[in-house]
Amino acid sequence: MNVFNKIRNFRNIGSIHRLYSVTPKENIEKIVKNNKVVVFMKGVPEQPQCGFSNAVVQILRMHGVTYDAHNVLQDEALRQGVKDYSNWPTIPQIYINGEFVGGCDIMLQLHQSGDLIEELEKAGITSALLEKSKDEKPK
Amino acid sequence: MFKSLYRKTRQLAYISKLGTSEIIRKMTTVNLIEQSIKAKLKTHLETNHIEVINESYMHNVPKGSETHFKVVVVSEKFNNKPLIQRHRMVNEVLKAELQNGVHALSIEAKTPAQWQESDQMIEPSPNCRGGFGR
Repeated sequence: MNVFNKIRNFRNIGSIHRLYSVTPKENIEKIVKNNKVVVFMKGVPEQPQCGFSNAVVQILRMHGVTYDAHNVLQDEALRQGVKDYSNWPTIPQIYINGEFVGGCDIMLQLHQSGDLIEELEKAGITSALLEKSKDEKPK
Repeated sequence: MFKSLYRKTRQLAYISKLGTSEIIRKMTTVNLIEQSIKAKLKTHLETNHIEVINESYMHNVPKGSETHFKVVVVSEKFNNKPLIQRHRMVNEVLKAELQNGVHALSIEAKTPAQWQESDQMIEPSPNCRGGFGR
């Protein structure tokens, strides 16, 4: 009887868990919509563990952007989940306004062409580079 | 035995119009993945220009690894396509490679016109910071 109860409890817990658990896709959607700029990277912004992740951190720093960073090396499910979510095979991945922007190469190009300033503006963020250039040219 | 090998190499060099040393280099370095990346991009994206650079030596992987690549792809198929879509096209072609060992892929995707007006210089990828310790 006791054992039977235990099994029943266990099964109940299992079904409750299933009821409340979110799929990896929902989880990532929540993360990327939680902040205007979200980065999935290897390591943390203070200590990136990959050159490509580091480049993205440096670019965002130049633009003075505050962002939400997630270390995929700490979480294998997140590492695979985010690749599946965006259908993009590599890390880092950058999301602005909940939308996937690209990886390191694309960020670098957006930065070099100046388009990143525009992308940030669309999300209501004024790039620090824009403010700096305004200060320099007070016409 | 060495004599026959030497003769064979000379023959190959003659046939392929390559230097003997180059033939030996080609025989000793097995860069299968690099070759397959190149071949696939060429056929699927009908490239005007292609470069596949193995950057694995810059990373924390055994010598001779084929894990980190940079590709320069110039194709008419990129005309009027945003950057992200061009990258997706390259990723799609190299799906199998990316799922089986190729760990980093840096992409430069240009249209022939863009390639013409660019300085056609390829910058190396950022330095490794040791995250990939396999």
